Amino acid sequence: MLMTKMKAKEAIASVADGKVFIINCHGCKEIGFPEEEAKELQKEMAAEGKLIGCMTTDYICNTDNLNLRLRGHMAEIEEADTVLVFSCGVGVQTVADVLEDKKVCAACDTYELPGFQGVTPLEVDCGQCGECYLNMTGGICPITACSKSLVNGPCGGTKNGKCEVDPNMECGWERIYQRLKKLGRLDVLKCPTQIHNFATDDATKEWKETE
Amino acid sequence: MKVTELFQRGEFVVSAEVGPPKGINIDSMVEEAKEYLSGVHAINVTDNQSSVMRLGSLATCKVLKDAGLNPIFQLTCRDRNRIALQSDLLSAAMLGIDNVLALTGDHTKMGDHPQAKPVFDLDSVSLLHTMSLLEQGTDLGGNPLVGEAPKFAKGAVVSPCSDSVDAQLLKMERKVMAGAEYFQTQAVFEPEKFIEFMEKAKQFGKPVQLGIIIPKSVGMCRFMNANVAGVHVPEEMIEELKKDKEKTKAGITGIEIAARIIRECKPYCQGVHIMSLGWESKIPELLRQAEL
Repeated sequence: MLMTKMKAKEAIASVADGKVFIINCHGCKEIGFPEEEAKELQKEMAAEGKLIGCMTTDYICNTDNLNLRLRGHMAEIEEADTVLVFSCGVGVQTVADVLEDKKVCAACDTYELPGFQGVTPLEVDCGQCGECYLNMTGGICPITACSKSLVNGPCGGTKNGKCEVDPNMECGWERIYQRLKKLGRLDVLKCPTQIHNFATDDATKEWKETE
Repeated sequence: MKVTELFQRGEFVVSAEVGPPKGINIDSMVEEAKEYLSGVHAINVTDNQSSVMRLGSLATCKVLKDAGLNPIFQLTCRDRNRIALQSDLLSAAMLGIDNVLALTGDHTKMGDHPQAKPVFDLDSVSLLHTMSLLEQGTDLGGNPLVGEAPKFAKGAVVSPCSDSVDAQLLKMERKVMAGAEYFQTQAVFEPEKFIEFMEKAKQFGKPVQLGIIIPKSVGMCRFMNANVAGVHVPEEMIEELKKDKEKTKAGITGIEIAARIIRECKPYCQGVHIMSLGWESKIPELLRQAEL
């Protein structure tokens, strides 16, 4: 199972460039979703005149469902500079795949909780690492798309775009590079050195105590 | 001696590579290194290369140093977390091993213990960053070191003939930002690709050593083409090896090819790194033919 927590406001503000379209996913919200905080932030963004549209739905991790839900919003999305997604990492990645010409960003970090998830297997995966990297990687998760879960770029093990560990697997970082290149956002890869924090159990302690 | 000092002096830095044995008898390796590698500036000691368990890199470095050679400690992130990596860096500095080459490391699945847990707590970039912090007297946890801070010649690797070379250049830039002072490359068999790469890489202002593997046989080349990322041996080179089987077997053709690549690339780089893969004895002849 998983829970989501909103990233720091400053972190969200730093990626929410220009006009913003928001997607809230309430698919698994009964488990742990920052509903009130998200509402408050979105109200603030609307007051600043940044919001161009908003959609609240469920199970955006399902591509067919997502496509159906997006239908009525495509004009707003067309106009938006950033699509900001309040969901788990799988939701963000699915939106980034469907809207692959758009800058899609994560507003939440996803944490692992004990127990199984009741969802069908999907193409994309979220490592529930508590430090969502999707805003630096064009919406492709380096934790699950890279065999080594590297967070600072590709290793030298790419052969014909495939990972040398598994020739059936595309190199996650090659995908990230190509996605960012297409979006004209390669500059985000010139960020400071990332050091993964593995002590994210503190963040879920609070939830466990209240349950 | 730090290889960075050699680059600063304007030397064309030549390094070779040895792989520690799978066992504790190291005498023949040291004797061979003394016999064939005394003419090179430094010797890389691989760290459980290809994820195959062997004698440790740091211990081997110390033995080579005591034998009067100049080792480069290869340090990968595959088998150690950030505590063990930093501890080994301090151990290296304490033993006077001041050349460290930071690598992410091959995946555990590539080696002889595929069931092992791959660590990758840090990667090549964050390891370089950590080395830079230690040099400033602080560890990655933000705690001060006691006494004199270590000082390393911080090396890194790059793959110039990779089919995703632009992504490699971006990673190279991040390594430079994290503190890399020089680079060794994956094996090059296509000088024109290397030269093109160097045109782009020279903006970083860091010395680059051309990576060389002496092609031993047609089979080896075919294997590398099929399995080794970032390495491609052109068909005409394979034809050259096919021509005279005896000459190829004796290493004569391989040395000719390798020397030619070095001569062609030399004006564009600051050194050469030879991965001889057991053919250490051929290195003196290779250096002679490469006019080094």
